Amino acid sequence: MLDLYSPGTSVLHRLSPGVKMLSMALGATLLFLNQSLLITAAATLGILALYPVARLPLTKAAAQLRPLLVIFALFFAVQWYFESLTLAAYVVLRLAALILLASLVTLTTRSSDMIDTMTRGLRHLKPLGVHPEKVSLAISLALRFIPVLAQITTEVREAQKVRGLERSVIAVAMPMAIRAIKIADDISDAIDSRGYRS
Amino acid sequence: MTTKDIVYIALFAALTAALGLMPPIHFAGAALPPITAQSLGVMLAGAVLGAKRGGFALLLFIALVAVGLPLLSGGRGGFGVLLGTSGGFLLAWPFCAALIGYLIENDSAAGPVKTGVYVALGGIALMYAAGIPWMAFIGKLGLGKSLSIMVAYVPGDLVKVVLATLIARGLRRAYPNL
Repeated sequence: MLDLYSPGTSVLHRLSPGVKMLSMALGATLLFLNQSLLITAAATLGILALYPVARLPLTKAAAQLRPLLVIFALFFAVQWYFESLTLAAYVVLRLAALILLASLVTLTTRSSDMIDTMTRGLRHLKPLGVHPEKVSLAISLALRFIPVLAQITTEVREAQKVRGLERSVIAVAMPMAIRAIKIADDISDAIDSRGYRS
Repeated sequence: MTTKDIVYIALFAALTAALGLMPPIHFAGAALPPITAQSLGVMLAGAVLGAKRGGFALLLFIALVAVGLPLLSGGRGGFGVLLGTSGGFLLAWPFCAALIGYLIENDSAAGPVKTGVYVALGGIALMYAAGIPWMAFIGKLGLGKSLSIMVAYVPGDLVKVVLATLIARGLRRAYPNL
């Protein structure tokens, strides 16, 4: 499945996913504890400087922020109008730094590696009744179900189009949900009959 | 937890992802984030699967988003979205589904209106109660201003509550022992 990973071999790509996720959590916390505009601006530049380290073009960094430009403008305008220009700059820069930092982790780490790290981490929760192998099964099933559901939706929509019902949400959603449940039942029977013990 | 429970959890996590493929409704031009069908997945998971499985289904969905799969509507994903302005809403999803499931499980004789109220309590009240303070905190906006931004989303969410209630009740009728 397509993820948001950007392939590469830089130091940041090779760093273990666990280390990256923990540093990101630490960085995000520090960004929120800090109240100074100057430090926030420095942090933003520092995080931006990590993009070339990961051999990611700065256009990639810009692409992370583009979907948020409208909300940035809104926040900036509201803060400037009601509070001050300093606060407006601080809030928007902090948000930008946060997004750039988090995106850096996403861009340099394969989803499968992060899933592996998380399920490995879950092993420590075994005494609390967490079963890592069940979690792995749920993850792989969910990823397989997404294209199946998209397929069912197309089929049901075509069937209802023949009846002139393609614009009715319920007429599409109801048969789709029932078929999905039926497939899920068949799959769980198939898993059980192959001796999967849960 | 039986195999069937695990498969249902995976199914509703995938359903929430598949709902993100539906074209979002843009209102107010590009000034505000669009209304998407994805929170319908939250309501359905809670109303159909109950508290435990519904909550886990959305937890699984959020975990898949966190590891960088582009499952949110518009192909968004990764930690950046979860920490961003609407992160509070997204991180609340497992709890919203669990609350809806809990309320419905404890009142199995509820009629359509009461079921709708339960869905709205988890799918609107709790979701906004988590998402609005988060937005206020991230943007240093204050609760009042964040609240006024979100008023625009209430009508769309009410439509989703009605849809989720109808579908969940229909499914329960088709599969009484889900």
